[in-house]
Amino acid sequence: MSSIGTGYDLSASQFSPDGRVFQVEYAQKAIENSGTAVALLGKDGVVFAVEKLVTSKLYEPGANRRLFSVDRHIGMGISGLLADARQIVETARTEASNYRGEYGGDAPLRYVTDRVAMYMHAYTLYSAVRPFGCSVILGTYNVPEKKPEMYMIDPSGVYLGYLGCAVGKAKQAAKTEMEKLQLSDMTCKQLLKEAAKIIYIVHDEVKDKSFELELSWIGEHTNGRHERITGEVFTEAEAYAKAALDEESDSEIDES
Amino acid sequence: MANAQGPSFERFSTSIPTMPSAAALGPMKRTQTPVSTGTSVLGLRYDGGIVLAADTLASYGSLLRYRDCTRLHKVNDNTVIACMGDYADFQYLLSIIEQKAITEDCMDDGFNITARSLHSWLTRVLYNKRCKFDPLWTTFLVAGSDMDDDGQKTEFLGYVDKLGTAYKDGIIATGYGSMLATPLMREAVEAKTKDGGQLTEQDAINVINDCMKILYYRDARAHFRYEIAVIPTTGSARIEAPVEVKGDWQVAHLIRGYE
Amino acid sequence: MNSYLTDNVPNRFACLGLGTNSPQSLTKRPAASLRDMPDWLTSEHSTGTSLMAAEFDGGVVIGADTRTTTGAYVANRVTDKLTRVTDRIYCCRSGSAADTQAIADVVTYHLEFHEIETGEPALVRSAAAVFKDICYNYRDQMSAGIIVAGWDSRHGGQVYSVPIGGMVVRQPVTIGGSGSTFIYGYVDSTFKPKMTREECEQFVLNGLTLALSRDGSSGGCVRLGTITKDGVDRRVVLHNDLPKFYEG
Repeated sequence: MSSIGTGYDLSASQFSPDGRVFQVEYAQKAIENSGTAVALLGKDGVVFAVEKLVTSKLYEPGANRRLFSVDRHIGMGISGLLADARQIVETARTEASNYRGEYGGDAPLRYVTDRVAMYMHAYTLYSAVRPFGCSVILGTYNVPEKKPEMYMIDPSGVYLGYLGCAVGKAKQAAKTEMEKLQLSDMTCKQLLKEAAKIIYIVHDEVKDKSFELELSWIGEHTNGRHERITGEVFTEAEAYAKAALDEESDSEIDES
Repeated sequence: MANAQGPSFERFSTSIPTMPSAAALGPMKRTQTPVSTGTSVLGLRYDGGIVLAADTLASYGSLLRYRDCTRLHKVNDNTVIACMGDYADFQYLLSIIEQKAITEDCMDDGFNITARSLHSWLTRVLYNKRCKFDPLWTTFLVAGSDMDDDGQKTEFLGYVDKLGTAYKDGIIATGYGSMLATPLMREAVEAKTKDGGQLTEQDAINVINDCMKILYYRDARAHFRYEIAVIPTTGSARIEAPVEVKGDWQVAHLIRGYE
Repeated sequence: MNSYLTDNVPNRFACLGLGTNSPQSLTKRPAASLRDMPDWLTSEHSTGTSLMAAEFDGGVVIGADTRTTTGAYVANRVTDKLTRVTDRIYCCRSGSAADTQAIADVVTYHLEFHEIETGEPALVRSAAAVFKDICYNYRDQMSAGIIVAGWDSRHGGQVYSVPIGGMVVRQPVTIGGSGSTFIYGYVDSTFKPKMTREECEQFVLNGLTLALSRDGSSGGCVRLGTITKDGVDRRVVLHNDLPKFYEG
C-alpha cells in the first residue's frame, strides 16, 4: 500500500478521497501475517491444507485448529486472526443449521457462502465495528451431481469460486505451485499429497520456526462428508511433502 | 366475577352479531390428540448390548396409512432411539436431535452425546411441553452404550413418555407391548440367566422376534414389517434391514363355528 | 355467561355434515345461536376431496376432483384443487379451503423468495418441508391435508404427503382427502413403480373416478396435472367423460 491513510483509515464507514476503505485493506493485511491456507478442487472433491504456525512449544499439539466443519458436507479453511475466523465459522454453522431447519436438507454451499459473505460485508460499513481480519475458504462435494465446489470470502465480503485457492502469508508462492498442477484432472488422493507439499514448500523456515500441518478433505470417497485427516493417510501425505521438499532443495543446490 | 367481562364484551363488541364471538369459542385448547401414530416399541438388554424394535407403520386412526415409516433412529455410533406415538412430534424431535448430532460432529472433539444424557434431555423437553398443556404425544426408548459412574462401559436403556415420566430398566416395552411383550421378555431373560447363564445378542433378537409376532397377532395397530436395532456395548450400533413377521395361523383350521 | 359457551349441544345436523364438537378444530364448532341455520350457512367451506399423486419414470402425475362443499351443499362444482407452488412443484389441497389456500399462498411466496436467494429452482423436498412446518406448527388451529408433488433435477419426480398432524413422508404414490379411504385397495393393487406417463395418468384418473363416485364430499370432474422436467401439463376430464366402472 503506497499511500498512507492520513485520517481516512480510522473507520470502516468512511472512504478516502481516492475512493478506498482503508480499514478493509488493513484487514487484508492482517491475513498476510497468518499461516498459509490452501484448498485444491479436483475432479472428485476438495482438499484443504493449512500451515498452522506454532508460536510456542508450550502449546498442546492439535490446539487452535484452522480447519473446521461447518456442516457434515461443508469444510472450511481459515487464515488470519483465529478469533475472528471462529466467529465466521459459527455464523456459517448457524446458516447451515437454519437452512436445514427450514428446508430439511443440506444447505447448498453457494447459499451459505453468500450469507456469510453478507455478514462479513456488514462489518465493513459501520464506524463502530472493524472488518474481520480473516479470509475463509469453503468447500463441498455434491454427491448426486458429482460436483465439487469451492469459494473464498475475503474481509471485504467479496466471494469468488476457485479451482485452487491460497490465502495467508505465502499465498503468492502457493499460487505459483498450484499453477504447475492440472488440478481438475486430479483425484483427492493425489491432491492431498500436493496440498501438503505446497504447504511445506511455501513455509518460511527462517522467519517462522515451527508449524503444524493440518489436512482435511471432502469428496466422492468420503461420501460427501468433510473429514479431518489423521493417522496413516496424514503420515503418508506429510512424508511425501517432506521428501519432495528435500528433493527440491537438493536441486536448488545443484543449480547454484 | 368470572363473568364480569361477559356482558360488557357483548354490548361493546364490534363483531357482527351473527358471527360467533371469540368468547363463544371457549377457552383455547392446546392439549392435542395424536394423529398419525406408531404403536409399541420394545427394548431389551442382553449381555453386551441392547436390542430395540419397532414396526414401520404410522396409523391414521384405524387406517394403516403409512407403511414405510422407520421409528428407530441412530443418533450416533452408540445411541439409538425408538418412538411410539405421534409421528409428526417424533419428526419434530428428530430434527432437533439430528441438528444436535451434526453440531457435535462439527466440533470434532471426539465427544458424542450419550444415551444417558439424551434420555435426560428428552425428559426435560417432554416435561416442559406437558407443563404448557401442549405435550409432544410420544413415548421414547433411548438405548446406548455408555459409561457408568465407575467409568466402565455399560448398557443404558431408558424410557420417557409425553408427561416426562422416566425410568431405566433392562426390559422395556411401550403401549400394547407393555402388556403383551414385557412378560415374554422377562420370562426369557429369567430362563436364560437363572443358572448364571447369559442372554446373548442372538437370544435377545429371538425374544424380540417372538414379541413382535405376538404383537402382530394381538395389536390391531401393529404391522408385519418391523426393524431391529442392535447397540453393542463395544462397537457400532446398527439398524438392521426390515424383517417381516412369519406367524403361524394353522390354528384357523381347528376352529369352526363360534361355540 | 354467554349461553352458547356450553358445547354439549346435540348435533341435529350431523347427518348433513354440520361441524361437530371435534376438539381438533375450534373454527368448526358452530355457536348455539347458529344451530338453527342450515349447514351451508354455518359450515366452513371445505374441500372434502379426493386427491392422488404418483411418481412415474420421469415425473409425477397429480389429480383431484373438483367439488367444494359447505356441509352437504356443493359450493363449487368446478374447483381447482391443484395449486401451483413453483414452476415444477404443485400441491393438492384437502381440508379447510381457507386454511389450505392461506398455506399455499405463504409457501408459494416463501419458495419464490428462496429460488431468488439460491438462484436455482426449489427442491420438492424443500417445498414439502415448508408445508410441513406450517401444518405442524398450526396443527391445533388448522385442518389441512396436503400432497406436495413435483420434479427437480436432484431427485426427479417426487411425491410427499403432509397429513393433518403435520408429519411429512415421501411416497411413490399417495392419496388424500375424504374420498381416498375408498380407493386404498385400488391403489395398493394397481400401482406399480416406473410406469409410463400414459399408464400413470390413466391410473390416477381411474382412481379418482372410483373415489368421487363413492364419496359424497367428492365429485364433479377430474383435474390432472403431469409434472416433468419440461414443466406442467394440465388437463381436465369432464364429468361426462370419466371412465365407467360397475355401477350396480
